[in-house]
Amino acid sequence: MSTPTLHKHHIIQPRLYLTILIALLVLTATTTGVAFLDLGVLNPIVALAIACIKATLVILFFMHLRYSSKLLKLTLCAGLFTFTVLILLTLTDYMSRAWGLW
Amino acid sequence: MDSQVIANDPEETHAGHEHSPHLVHHYATMDQQVESASFGMWIFLLTEIMFFGGMFMAYLLYRNWYYDAFVAGSNLLSIQFGTAMTTILIVSSFTVAMGVFCSETRNRKGLVVALSLTLVLGISFLCMKGTEWHGIYVEHHVPGPNFSIETFVHPTDARDITMSPDSAQHTQIFFFLYFALTGIHALHMIIGCSVLIFLLYRAQQGAYTDGNPTMIHNFGLYWHFVDIVWIFLFPLLYLISRHPLK
Repeated sequence: MSTPTLHKHHIIQPRLYLTILIALLVLTATTTGVAFLDLGVLNPIVALAIACIKATLVILFFMHLRYSSKLLKLTLCAGLFTFTVLILLTLTDYMSRAWGLW
Repeated sequence: MDSQVIANDPEETHAGHEHSPHLVHHYATMDQQVESASFGMWIFLLTEIMFFGGMFMAYLLYRNWYYDAFVAGSNLLSIQFGTAMTTILIVSSFTVAMGVFCSETRNRKGLVVALSLTLVLGISFLCMKGTEWHGIYVEHHVPGPNFSIETFVHPTDARDITMSPDSAQHTQIFFFLYFALTGIHALHMIIGCSVLIFLLYRAQQGAYTDGNPTMIHNFGLYWHFVDIVWIFLFPLLYLISRHPLK
């Protein structure tokens, strides 16, 4: 029986970390700037979209998930999926109890 | 009997293949050991997502129910202060990432510097958080018997909207969730800083730069997770209620 092959550990270089840091700081400045503009319903949507992009950058590069095994990627996806299901189920309950008020 | 033989004579049992001094005997390879440690940490972080998730869900629900109160409460927080805290935390995530790089490249001095900077940034964040909490306490906006609706019912600033006392009471829910979310987040930061002090002490003695950076890796994952929680708290608490829908 052959031994299972695992990914050799990948060392991320400081240059990439620095690029990600700059991207995160630019996104923080953007989200703060956008908060001062009146975009109506788009304000929370833009702010949360930028937050999601920032979180994705942190997860992929700072937390090395991009270079991790499929097992770890699947673990995070399974967790986020379960989290979404729990939020949606809770919302379905609350929204259907106050029908028409949302 | 067999296990005793293995325990007493590891050289013979593992004869024939290269073997890291950090490999614990119940793992086949170093890769498998490192993978297991990361897997365990990610599972822990998933439980943390669920833990914070309940409070995020409550925030979503109550913001819809008591929209005016949440807008009024959120507008009392300073965007500049929130942005500064976010920046500090993001930079601290970068210094931890640099710490991971240093421990992988066996750079003891670099690791100590990176961890020290992270600790300083972490403590700065907590100090700013404390200052903000103190401001809210002085204004009597901590939910409970001393809570004052004065600011909302009789606003001194002409731009602020006057609220009915009934509606103003609901700002307590905003501040309750604000303190719950930022409080639990700050608790995670305090735990993180305490672990960091221990890691710094060990790193100075040469640990983690001897070819086994697993501890620094997992600590990095924890610190980045706490950063991500703040990345979502920042827009929810500070940013999204500046231009309320009429």
